[in-house]
Parts: sequence; structure tokens; C-alpha cells
Amino acid sequence: MKTMIAIATVTAATLSAGLASAGTLADVQTRGKLNCGVTGGQAGFSAPDANGVWHGMDVDYCRAIAAAVLKDPNAVTFVPTTGQTRFTALASGEVDILARTTTWTFSRDVDLKFSFAGVNYYDGQAFMVPKSLGISSAKDLDGATVCIQTGTTTELNLAEYFRRINIKYEPVPVENNADVQQKFLAGACDVISSDGSDLASTRSSFKNPQDYIILPEIISKEPLGPLVRQGDDQWADIARWTLNALISAEELGVTAENADKDAAEADNPDIGRLLGKDDKLGEMLGLDNEWAKRAVSAVGNYGEIFDRNLGEKTPIALERGLNSLWTKGGLMYGLPLR
Amino acid sequence: MNMHNISWVRQDIVAPSPRPPGQGGVMDWVRKNLFNGWVSSLLTVASVMAIAWGVMAIAPWLGNSVWHAGSLSECRQILDGAPGACWGVIRDRWTQLLFGFYPTALYWRPMLAFVLLFAALAPILFRGLPQRALWFSAVYPGLAFWLIWGGSLWLPVSIYLGFAVATGLFSIAVRSGVGLAATAAIVGAALWWLYATPALVEIATDTAPILLVPVTSRELGGFLLSIVIGVSGIALSLPLGILLALGRRSGLPLIRMLSVTFIEFIRGVPLITLLFTASLLLNYFLPPGTSFDLILRVVIMVTLFASAYMAEVIRGGLAALPRGQYEAAGALGLDYWKAQRLVILPQALKISIPGIVNSFIGLFKDTTLVMFIGLLDPIALAAAIRANTNWQGIYWELFIFIGAVFFVFCFGMSRYSQYLEQRLRTDHRWEECA
Repeated sequence: MKTMIAIATVTAATLSAGLASAGTLADVQTRGKLNCGVTGGQAGFSAPDANGVWHGMDVDYCRAIAAAVLKDPNAVTFVPTTGQTRFTALASGEVDILARTTTWTFSRDVDLKFSFAGVNYYDGQAFMVPKSLGISSAKDLDGATVCIQTGTTTELNLAEYFRRINIKYEPVPVENNADVQQKFLAGACDVISSDGSDLASTRSSFKNPQDYIILPEIISKEPLGPLVRQGDDQWADIARWTLNALISAEELGVTAENADKDAAEADNPDIGRLLGKDDKLGEMLGLDNEWAKRAVSAVGNYGEIFDRNLGEKTPIALERGLNSLWTKGGLMYGLPLR
Repeated sequence: MNMHNISWVRQDIVAPSPRPPGQGGVMDWVRKNLFNGWVSSLLTVASVMAIAWGVMAIAPWLGNSVWHAGSLSECRQILDGAPGACWGVIRDRWTQLLFGFYPTALYWRPMLAFVLLFAALAPILFRGLPQRALWFSAVYPGLAFWLIWGGSLWLPVSIYLGFAVATGLFSIAVRSGVGLAATAAIVGAALWWLYATPALVEIATDTAPILLVPVTSRELGGFLLSIVIGVSGIALSLPLGILLALGRRSGLPLIRMLSVTFIEFIRGVPLITLLFTASLLLNYFLPPGTSFDLILRVVIMVTLFASAYMAEVIRGGLAALPRGQYEAAGALGLDYWKAQRLVILPQALKISIPGIVNSFIGLFKDTTLVMFIGLLDPIALAAAIRANTNWQGIYWELFIFIGAVFFVFCFGMSRYSQYLEQRLRTDHRWEECA
């Protein structure tokens, strides 16, 4: 019996040692590819085009990491994950980082043992109704039928909100987003409730978008961010500071176009630090000093990423809102790189 | 008693008299089949109205089909408010729906593998082809693997050599008992694959590099993925199912118990659970760093699942055989395997054909379940295509296309099974004319 326990202990110790010794950064660099978990398809966040090239907010973040770590924004394998498989895929090491419109919550951070790298999109649950309903506030929704996706936090938020303001509603649970749209258009429900970004992109795909309005009430906080496994602080730091570098780049006016020129000429010491001219921040991360410059050159700063994927020039046409820089009334605040 | 006097015998055949008025002809058929009583008439009218309503609803939509458009909004501009199908999405994305993210320049490889699939199946499916063609069928799996995934040709060759090693060991050791020989064969092949294969592949690739550009499993998708999983599942589940069915009827308690446990366990668990096990749980159990290909894991799970159902279908065929057949085979002095091969299985399988093909079709359609573990089968790709801002909001066109392709495959299998039943019919059962 004792020997059995001893053998089991030794095995477990060897296994965990094997796990701990190989850092994610080293793994990624040996492999030469970053495995990035994304959604199988969500407009503006990640979707493949006709040539199989992935585009979107989350996709661009992964490309920035790949540019920083592997010096090649295309050295990414995008692994489509579903709502059910995403956390296991990350925990089991199938992906190195998960950028899949995942809400940063206490239980995911603490209980599931992940580290969130920050927030790359502040979202919140909202309502969309046809204009013909003549409603301007969620408080008028008494007795409405509401289409919601099953198995999401949406359902719980909705129940809590309507209980709080004390009105009755009838939920119509639907399996996926496309079916929600079909039901709504077919008149099977009066209201769709989902994340604001999702509603905006859904509305943009309608035949007559102007016939539908998104109600002003935002009933939940959905800070979406990339996450990594807990316990590999170096890798978590790379994920966190790459995101911060993208936001800081916008604050400092560094764009994909001028990153190279600024690196040589900038007088602003903040820009110098970001682009690796003065300090040796990159080496502290275990990378080289031009990591952030490569990330910004590859995908642009946070504002550019937003505009390209979700902004007013895209069919989704989302306003920056909460995702503006803190200097413009939003919540995006780049932590100081120094 | 005196003989009848045959005074008159009719020499010619009586000309058929015209049928009574009101019988036969179109009107009679209509009256008999469509308006036979008021219930029948009511149903006929209701059905005609339902069909007409359906056609009226769909015809303008199909009639206004738009093929040349780069996005849904462009389609809507062209249609200008009229209802119409936007097939532009299929035009734009059909290669993606068929091949997933397979590199465009290499499409010829899966296509060649697909064409060769029929060449490999032909000697199995149809009579009248030379027996030698079966050699190609045996070589085909390795060839298809090499074509689809690329890499060194020596990997599949070396895996085949493992089978040769097993056969060799078996034939050497068979004199000292079948059980010992089988064990020796299995151990020998396993050792070969574990230790000899990597070294051999390396040496052979260095001396004679016959290489194709490697393609990773992540790049496989769409119908290519469905067919790879479906065909391997079908090909592997039939022999496994036969063994399980025989095992369940075996006289050896251990084998019977193992078979029953396996079949009942697998049948008691939904396929989606097995797929989640394949994609998620195995990652925890396997030592870290082992990259065990996800598609291979899925194929193994789908095969196990299908073989349990197959075993029960074939057991039904075995049970339908009269006891006399077993006894007759025994009386002829045939041993167990010869009796099964020559007398029992040919009859049992013939009886089971509809059930077997039913399982095959079910298995092929079940491959779409892999979307839940993040593999991009056609349905998952449809979701990904919809997430592109160009095509967001499109719905029916993608599903109709996917449904049509699935229908072609499943209907083909169904027709083949009917052909096979016709061909193998040796008795004189009364059957309704089809």
C-alpha cells in the first residue's frame, strides 16, 4: 500500500513538474505557432472570410500576440471553440490563449483557475424591439415575449432584471443566434435580448434596420476579455501587456502606419518606451524590446482594431461608447508602460 | 360408363371484350385513388391545396434567385424589395463548405482521394470485377490518408508493414495455438508501430523523399470532414459490429460478457457525450504534450458508437436464421469460423441489409454533431459564414445547399441497398411490387 502511494506521488510530482517546467511562452516559440481559441463565428469578433482568413476584434488581438512573441502576425492557428468547449480547451492546453468574447466574472477567474488579461470590449445586455411596437423603454415591456439564447448568462440577467422592476414576460428560449433572428423576424417574439454589440450587428443584417430600435436600458455588465491559464505568470503578463500596449498606442497616437517612423523619431518618452527605443521593457517580459512595435504595426492600435471590425465604417456600425479612451469619456485606460 | 362424345372443341382464342364503360382509364384511376368516398375526396382537396400553397410560397423566392452578388446587402439591392433567394453566398463560399480551410492549391488531393474511393469500393460493392481489384481496396485507406493529410509516403507504408509483421508472426506461431499466435501478432505489430515506424519513416524519407505538402487536421472542414469521418466510421464499424454480434452470441462467457457490456454501455450513452469525451476528457487523461489528433479521436468514438448499433442490427439477422442452419453447418464438419463465414453470416448479413444501411445513413448524418466540439463541419461553417458581415442574416440558402448535398449521399446509399437486396434475393418471398 505504501509503495503504491509512493509511486502515485512520484508520478503526480513528475507530471506536475512536466507541466510547470515548460512555460507557455517556450512552448509557443518552439512550436512556432500560437494556438488561439476563438468563437466559431461572431460578427465583428471572429469569422473566416471566403479565403479562410480569420478577421475580427478577438482575431486581431491574437495576431498582435503572435506578432509580439513570434514576430509574425500570421503564425496563429485559430481554434474554433463553442461555449461548452472553450474553458476545457484552455485548461487542457489545446489553446494557449482564449479570446472568445468571454465575460470576465469572479467564478471564471477564481473558481475555474484562469487569469484574465484585461478587457478588450465592454459590453452589456440590451433589448431590441420593432419600432411598430411603439415602446421606448424596457419598463414598458410588460407581458412581452422575449427571444433569448439558451445556456448563456443572458437568461439569468433577464430574469433578475424583470423581477427587480416587477414586470411579467414570457421567455422563448432558442438554441442559437441565427435562429433567434429568424424567430424575431417571423414575429414569434416581440423582443430580442442579448449583448449590445450582438444586437447592433444583428440589426445591421436586417432588411430594414431602421424599423427596429435598441432600447436604452443596459441591464448587465459584460466586460469581454482574453484569458490564459492561471499559474504561468510570464505568459499572463505577455497577454495583459500586449493588450495594454494596443490601448496605450491609441492614447499616444501610435498607429500601424507611423509605428516604424515614431520609433526612430519620437520625442515623447512614453512613445519611446512603448516602441522599445529607450527602456528594455520587452526583455523583462522574456521577449525583445520591439515586441509592442511589432504588435501595433501588425494590427494597429486599439482604436484602429475597433474601427476596422466594429466601427462606424463597417456594416455593424457600433459607436465607441464605453470603449472610448478614458480621455474621451470611455473606460479604455492603458496602464503605464514603464 | 361411356365416354363423352366430344363434338366441338374451340380452336381460336376468344377476342377480349371491351371493358365495361366507366372502368379503366385516367378518370377511373382518379376516382379509385383520389376520390374514393368523401374522406378520400376531402384529403385529396386538402393535400392539393397544401401543395399549391407551398409552391406558391416558394416559387417566387426560388424564381428570383440571385447568383451574382458579393454580399447579402448587394442581393437585396438587386432584388429591390422582392422576395428572392440569395445564392450568391453559395457561389462565394461553396469551396469552403466542401473543403473547409484546405489550401486551395491542393484541392486536387481530396478530390482525387474521393474519386479513388469509388474505385476502391467498386470491387466490394459490385459483382463481376476481378478479385485482384480488391488489392487496391486494401491499399486505399493508406493512400487516402496520404493524399488528404500529406507528409511522407513512408508513414502509411510503414503502418501497412506493421500488418505484414502481424500476419508473418501469426503464420509462424499458429502451430502452437491460435490464441498465442494472435497475441504474438498483436504485440509484434504494436512494437513495430511504436518503435520501428518512427525510425523507418525517418530513414526512408531521407533516402527517398516522397513527400506531399502536409495539411493539418484543423484545416479540414465542411463536407470533406463529414465524409472522412463518415466513411472511416462506416468502414470500421461493420467488421467491428460483426465481431461484437458474434461475441454476444458466443458460448464463451467472458467474450459474451465483454460484448454485452460494451454494446449496452455505448448504446446507453448519447453520441454527443462520447464526442465531448473525445475532445475534452481525453486531454486531461493523456500525458501533457501528447498531441493525439482530434479527428482521429472523433473517428474512434464515432466508430465505437456505430459498431454497437451495428452489432445489434446484425444480431437481429443472426437470430432470424433457423437453428437448422447452425446444425447443418456443424454436421458438415465445419469449424466455428468456417461455419460463420460460409453458412451463417452470408444469410444473416443479407437479412440485415436494410438495418445496416439505415445505421450507415444515420452515422453519416450524425457527423454534423462534431460542430459541438468545435470542428467545422458544414453546419458549423454555415454559422461561421453567417458571422461574416457580408453574409450576416442569411439563413435558408446555406441550409438548403447543405441539405441537398447530404440528400445526394444518403439517397445514393439507400438506392444501393435496394439494388443489393434485389441482387441477393434467392428465395421466392412474396413482395409488393415496388
